[in-house]
Amino acid sequence: MPYSLNVNGKSQTVDVDEDTPLLWVLRDSLGIVGPKYGCGVGLCGACTVHVDGQPVRSCSLPVSAVGAGKITTIEGIAANPVGKKVQAAWVELDVAQCGYCQPGQIMSATALLAANPKPTDADIDAAMSGNLCRCATYTRIRNAIKQASGQPVTKEA
Amino acid sequence: MTPFDAVETDRRTFLTVSAAAGGLALTYDIAAASAQGQDGAKIGAYLTIAPNGQVTIVSKNPEIGQGVMTSLPMLIAEELDVEWKAVRVHQAGNNPTAYGRQFAGGSMATPLHWEELRRVGAAGRNMLLQAAAQQWNVPAAELSTEAGFVVHKASKKRASYGSLAAKAAALPAPTKEQVAALTLKDPKDYRIIGKFTPQVSSPQIVTGQPLFGIDTRLPGMVYATYEKAPVFGAKVAKADLDAAKTVKGVRDAFVLDGGTQLDGLLPGVAVVADTWWAANKARQKLNIQWAEHPTSAQSSAGFAAKAAEFAKGAPARSLRADGDVAGALKGAAKTVEAAYFYPFLAHATLEPQNCTAHFKDGKMEIWAPTQLPEPGQQLVSKTLGIAPENVIIHMTRSGGGFGRRLSNDYMVEAAAIAQKVGAPVKLVWTREDDMRHDFYRPAGFHHFKGGVDAAGNVVAWEDHFVSFGEGEGFARSANMSPTEFPARFVPNYKLGVSTMPLGVPTGPLRAPGSNAIAFVVQSFIDELAHAAGADPVAFRLKLLGDKAMVGDPPAAYAAGRMAGVLKLVAEKSGWGQPLPKGTGKGVAFHYSHLGYFAEVVQATVAADGAVKVDKVWVAADVGGHIINPAGAYNQVQGSVLDGLSEALHQEITIENGAVQQANFNDFPLLRMNEAPPIEVHFLKTDNPPTGLGEPALPPVVPALTNAIFAATGKRIRALPIRAEMLKA
Repeated sequence: MPYSLNVNGKSQTVDVDEDTPLLWVLRDSLGIVGPKYGCGVGLCGACTVHVDGQPVRSCSLPVSAVGAGKITTIEGIAANPVGKKVQAAWVELDVAQCGYCQPGQIMSATALLAANPKPTDADIDAAMSGNLCRCATYTRIRNAIKQASGQPVTKEA
Repeated sequence: MTPFDAVETDRRTFLTVSAAAGGLALTYDIAAASAQGQDGAKIGAYLTIAPNGQVTIVSKNPEIGQGVMTSLPMLIAEELDVEWKAVRVHQAGNNPTAYGRQFAGGSMATPLHWEELRRVGAAGRNMLLQAAAQQWNVPAAELSTEAGFVVHKASKKRASYGSLAAKAAALPAPTKEQVAALTLKDPKDYRIIGKFTPQVSSPQIVTGQPLFGIDTRLPGMVYATYEKAPVFGAKVAKADLDAAKTVKGVRDAFVLDGGTQLDGLLPGVAVVADTWWAANKARQKLNIQWAEHPTSAQSSAGFAAKAAEFAKGAPARSLRADGDVAGALKGAAKTVEAAYFYPFLAHATLEPQNCTAHFKDGKMEIWAPTQLPEPGQQLVSKTLGIAPENVIIHMTRSGGGFGRRLSNDYMVEAAAIAQKVGAPVKLVWTREDDMRHDFYRPAGFHHFKGGVDAAGNVVAWEDHFVSFGEGEGFARSANMSPTEFPARFVPNYKLGVSTMPLGVPTGPLRAPGSNAIAFVVQSFIDELAHAAGADPVAFRLKLLGDKAMVGDPPAAYAAGRMAGVLKLVAEKSGWGQPLPKGTGKGVAFHYSHLGYFAEVVQATVAADGAVKVDKVWVAADVGGHIINPAGAYNQVQGSVLDGLSEALHQEITIENGAVQQANFNDFPLLRMNEAPPIEVHFLKTDNPPTGLGEPALPPVVPALTNAIFAATGKRIRALPIRAEMLKA
């Protein structure tokens, strides 16, 4: 069945079954592979994208439920000034190890900072605990969020 | 022999084994293929220098998040003497002829390449010096370099590497002896080594560029799922292939007979479709019936019962026996007996196992996230009857490794499916496939007896280790070294083992062996310290003794280095300062992967038994240089949290021969809200630098359980830690 999707500001049409999760539409039908498959059931957050600015788990969102929602993926987040700042902090502090979860982390962090420009540690925990990092780069994720929000960052060494 | 077989034989002999196997010699072959290429002049296998001065350096090993794609090229760039910003890094394919052995494992990248890749850089620099000497008709000895330029001070001549590269590439390759004779930089002149250098792939990672195996896309590509039996190796009795084929988008569904080798191609059913989602949906209709299998009655409860039975008797065989343990126990001032257990663990790389393969004109081309490309190539070749030279492997970035991708089972599955399909195929496992078809960290049981004398010396140590294996053989990664601490530090020491058969595949998990053994050994030492009424740090320093080195190479133990980090972590953590009720500090140390680590955990246990880790302090001695602090601190922090994740959350259980867990709900990973602050201190000593992917993990587990004891008086002797063990 054909669906018209707005992805990163561009309108795209796909012909897929209605129960196909948005993640697989993005990855396999549209070749947008930044959102990652990690668990398939919304437990890890690697697939996080924004729909109308809100973070959602694309692995558990059927394409038929997206409607006219504006989808933003990691590939398009630099168009958002907050997203761009988050990406820059991620590079500067060298957050990633394997990097697989980081697109999802960045999408969650961007949504957090868009809603709450100066988050506390507790705010960060609340917003980010749905995103797993198997390499456990949590220390640097926290620091990068603080850096992107202009707050002081604890030095490692 | 795979690198990890070597590691497991005896982790400490690995360096020798690998060097003897030729890794060092081959990578000196730096001018093997000098030529003019589209990116500039190619000087040897590693370097290409463009006319504008841009330097392309090849990264030889798979990148799995350990940071080698940045840290290894840094070694070359330092001695080549260029600006890091002029460097870009190119990932090598599987090409052992050019690069020697290519693998990610054993935390070996740093110790194996510290010397040789600096020499690769120095050899490149020397060729540029020779080229300038020819051009200016001056002796090379009068020339020096300044970050990308060759300089002749006397005549004030100056030429960029870019302008000299073509000439340099045309020079004869230096011999191994010439390269070995080159003088390397004085470390005080380092401009790259030791500097915080973000990963070269960071800009791509944060923008979601396709880097990982699972991101592979080829024209005309189709997608596959592969379902195997819950009981490892069981054959397909029946499958409703026709029902699967009715699903829209499905191209084919078929049974692969497979074999019996647990890390090879096992029996299963493949579904191939236009989209992965269609293949996965069709898979639900297969209604597969699996044949009976000899291991289908195995269970975690059964293993525990058998271990308890073994514990009543003497070990089946001895791994080490020093002095007179029975006599020493009799004469000891205090004795302690305790039984310990640790569970099976999964790797749970966040990128599930996957592989893309294309079989065309007799050639199998493979894109794989793998830690061991060459054995994967051999496995595919042998299983599918394709000559090794016709199996071409592209190494993609891996979304985590942790030892999981030392097995290439998913690679041979993708290749076997591709052989039957006339198109490129991407096989993607579900999380559930991944959790249930791993090579698990083996569970283990240790039955200790120990004795201390009135002065607080450990006089007797006995461990009856119950593990898995058959006959004299151990299941993969289920062995224990007879030189494991505190062997050689206790005069009367016995290590014996009894094994039981296991149908569950096992394998190395980050810091294999150590990730379990540190827990039991450092916990039991804590029990002995408590029995002796001694401070846990002071007791350990006494046990380490005052010799700098104990035992002989290659299994020598630098007790002095360990005492150094133990003292440092005690100082940095404020060891001995009073703490509130319900809060405690625990200490532990462990040597693995050539690294000496001591760690302190502060934890608070609530009345309901909930454990909160307040802070972790790490002191590490991995030699005289930290090549890339950006990666080094990250690896240590990540290893520590990984260890806490194992200790607090993780257990794989077996029932009816199969794994019971399936996803992150029943095999949880540590989350952001549970991650404590971690303070890392590197103690620089005059030793060559060693790796950091693994050795920070093992001590944190017993440091935590020892902290819980300090906080509550309750001793954790089985993992994972559960609140019900600690309720007030």
